[in-house]
Amino acid sequence: MNTLETAENPEKLRRIAIDPVSRVEGHGKVTLLLDEDNRVRQVRLHIVEFRGFEKFIQGRPYWEVPVMVQRLCGICPVSHHLAASKAMDMLLGMEKLTPAADKNRRLMHYGQILQSHALHFFHLCSPDLLFGFDSEVAKRNIVGIAAAFPEVAKKGVLLRKYGQEIIRMTAGKKIHGTGSIPGGVNKSLSKEERKALLGEIYTMVSWSLEAVGIVKQLFESNREFFENFGRFDAKSLSLVRADGAMDLYHGDLRAREIDGKKIFDHFDYRHYWDVISEDVKPWSYMKFPYLGSLGPDEGWYRVGPLARISNCDFIPTPLADRERREFLEYDDGRAAGATLGYHWARMIEMLHAAENIKDLLHDDEIEGEDLIARQGERAGRGVGVIEAPRGTLIHHYRVNEEDLVIRANLIVSTTHNNQAMNEAIRQVALQYLDGREITEGLLNHIEVAIRAFDPCLSCATHALGRMPLEIELFDCEGEKLSSASRSSEGIFLAQ
Amino acid sequence: MARLKVATATLAGCFGCHMSFLAIDERIFELVEHVEFDRSPINDIKKVGECDLGLIEGGLCNSENVEVLREFRKKCRILVAVGACAINGGLPAQRNPIPLSVILDEIYLGEAGIAHGVIPNDPELPLPLNKVHPLHEVVKIDYFLPGCPPSADVIWKFLTDLLAGREPEFGPELLHYD
Ligand code: SF4
Repeated sequence: MNTLETAENPEKLRRIAIDPVSRVEGHGKVTLLLDEDNRVRQVRLHIVEFRGFEKFIQGRPYWEVPVMVQRLCGICPVSHHLAASKAMDMLLGMEKLTPAADKNRRLMHYGQILQSHALHFFHLCSPDLLFGFDSEVAKRNIVGIAAAFPEVAKKGVLLRKYGQEIIRMTAGKKIHGTGSIPGGVNKSLSKEERKALLGEIYTMVSWSLEAVGIVKQLFESNREFFENFGRFDAKSLSLVRADGAMDLYHGDLRAREIDGKKIFDHFDYRHYWDVISEDVKPWSYMKFPYLGSLGPDEGWYRVGPLARISNCDFIPTPLADRERREFLEYDDGRAAGATLGYHWARMIEMLHAAENIKDLLHDDEIEGEDLIARQGERAGRGVGVIEAPRGTLIHHYRVNEEDLVIRANLIVSTTHNNQAMNEAIRQVALQYLDGREITEGLLNHIEVAIRAFDPCLSCATHALGRMPLEIELFDCEGEKLSSASRSSEGIFLAQ
Repeated sequence: MARLKVATATLAGCFGCHMSFLAIDERIFELVEHVEFDRSPINDIKKVGECDLGLIEGGLCNSENVEVLREFRKKCRILVAVGACAINGGLPAQRNPIPLSVILDEIYLGEAGIAHGVIPNDPELPLPLNKVHPLHEVVKIDYFLPGCPPSADVIWKFLTDLLAGREPEFGPELLHYD
């Protein structure tokens, strides 16, 4: 593991902070500690916000959960909506959904993948990739892209819009909808909706293919740089379908070594805790998951597009599978292990999502009317796992006989990537910042590495920490609203 | 005509209100003819400057949120609470009845599967407030846009009304609270 996690004499070092990390979702900051020669001694990505979802969801009736938990994340609410629904399917013994329900949920999910990947690439990252990492700050946003590359910006915005329309039609609302319910869905696609979506889907497939081309060209234009930027070796984890195919809605867990050897395969996610453990570090609210059998130092891994593309045996849609093979073969697999390879892999997945949506729209069962599975035997717990845009997402609930949640554990995609993101920024710090005068452009290099993972930092904030501080909050009239402080044992005292 | 300067921030929110803003889709290209963005999570301006309009998503859950809010109030002529979280704390405020120490212990110490439980305590992490607060309890707020999130059309109507110098108004088809 990289040695830049903890410096020996932090008080003697100069601190530089990137605060907040921007063009990512949620709240994070990076701190760098440098010595007098500008040598980098410590680099950390801190997740600075507290939520406590797992706790306050306790006592709520289970059927509320799929709607509530979406409020963890407004970029990928559908992922939480569906992971929680899958957990509740299991709780009620309704895991075998009707074909109409299964297909409408998949349509919602792939619509989400399409919109989220488009948003991430075009709205958030394209400025770095198309203008350069140390280009002018004022230009580095979607407005700058719209001025310099109007066609690219337009297609990005419309791809996202199309994905959002699918979500609106299947979930009822573009953000925080209610379409999926325990055991099925509450509506299927109508004839008119299907027709409207079919009218545009071929354009979306071809624009997605173009997007893959954009990243490919970038790699070609500066091969050395793109392959080595923030590069590090990591294991990978994702769901795969029974036949080894990529399936972002359902499957079993597969983990691979750096050299591709399987660590485990087709592991039933309903027992995920047998293979995944979590570590805590005092400087971040985000936990550090690892493969339990390998321990925290060796067992950390990558999730998300890069992990999924190299983990699966094939992609079950033709254009995306062709792109997958090209990606894996590129320069003897050098792109598939590159931090910036995430962008390429993500665009291949966006293409797969578009192709998948096309197939679902051609399937008459998408209009089916049998929406709820027959109830089976009730279990005390439900586990739902899905491949969210950013990676494997785990929801786990225990529910009592009165239908109330008594325990919840969530491991969100970005949390799985915690160690990997820290590794990436430490590499970048060594490659580009070490020993140099730090400039804004250099600091943006760190953010570029974080953005490659498409982190969703608000999803990843479960809980709170212990700070040697005291705070008081006053209202507009100077009236004290609340105050909080800590005792030395780390017990939180609130008055 | 000078363009309206607009800053946006997300505090204790889920980013959904920002996502809803971006769901104005291609209208954004029209918007930027009249509006210039200052600090916002969608660009790299990290400190808010003098602005005409500040849009804030999310309530207040930690000391940093309070600092950012106060800074926005100082710099923005018009300050808007966007969405349920900013208006009443929203879903994150469901933690309010539970003492923080209870949540803390359970999540970092009490859970099966955690090898070395430790409660994060680094000075780099802002201190959480013992309760989640809505914005208007701490600073004066000029407008409230309800919804979780307010739809793109609400946000669009609000901005275009302001740009046209009209008092923003929403018909019943736009106003919703879910
Ligand atoms: S109001 Fe709703 S959409 Fe907006 S930040 Fe809060 S939870 Fe997210």
